[in-house]
Amino acid sequence: MKKTVFAAAVIVLGGLLCGTFEAIHPFGIPYETAMDDYFLVHALSDRSAQNVVTSLVFDFRGFDTLGEAAVLFTALTAIGALFRDGGKRE
Amino acid sequence: MKPLSVVVTSVFDIFAWFMIVFGVYVINNGHNTPGGGFQGGAIVATFMSFVLVAYGGKKFMTWAREGAYGALELIGLMAFFAFGCLGFPNAFFYNSLAIPHGGTPLSEWLPYCGTISLMNVAVGAEVVGALSLVVYYMYGSIRMVDTGAGMGGERGHDRFDR
Repeated sequence: MKKTVFAAAVIVLGGLLCGTFEAIHPFGIPYETAMDDYFLVHALSDRSAQNVVTSLVFDFRGFDTLGEAAVLFTALTAIGALFRDGGKRE
Repeated sequence: MKPLSVVVTSVFDIFAWFMIVFGVYVINNGHNTPGGGFQGGAIVATFMSFVLVAYGGKKFMTWAREGAYGALELIGLMAFFAFGCLGFPNAFFYNSLAIPHGGTPLSEWLPYCGTISLMNVAVGAEVVGALSLVVYYMYGSIRMVDTGAGMGGERGHDRFDR
């Protein structure tokens, strides 16, 4: 009984998944291209960066990268607070 | 952690330094090639883990410099923040040092892409310091895993070389 229910659920969910994959938007053809075109054009002409990804991460979206650096610093602070005195208890 | 066999240490002596060179290359060419500060910093920080695995904990603890790693971390983070503040007449993190195509460079040493590569170097220094400090702190407290009933006295199974 359990196995038949499980098999039916797998079949139904798999069918739904296949249907979703059928109806998905094709890869590489975005609905809106204004932002992509802006970044691709201006990364090289305005910022002189050949690596568009790095120009996004460090220039157009630099505030987010500051958050990532802050996350790293916070993680290091937590690890130092936990482990710094060699694991001795109080 | 005891040192591994002579095979591993010989390979370390020959090849481990190229990891630092490759990591610094990835950091410094982040504006032209794939990679950047985070990735290159992780490559460089792998060196300290390699020291720990290959040569054991005793040599690792004598090689590691906690103050230097902390200084790298803090200087990198503050330099990153300062480069972000450089663009403040326009916006936070505005790339005011970039020289557009057709412009004349301000000096030989300033990269064309402005603060992007400088931020790569700053973030690379931060990641190197942070990840090396993580390895240092976590190995330094590895005696927490002892299964002895008392408070101290017994050491972890892989710490008898210290």
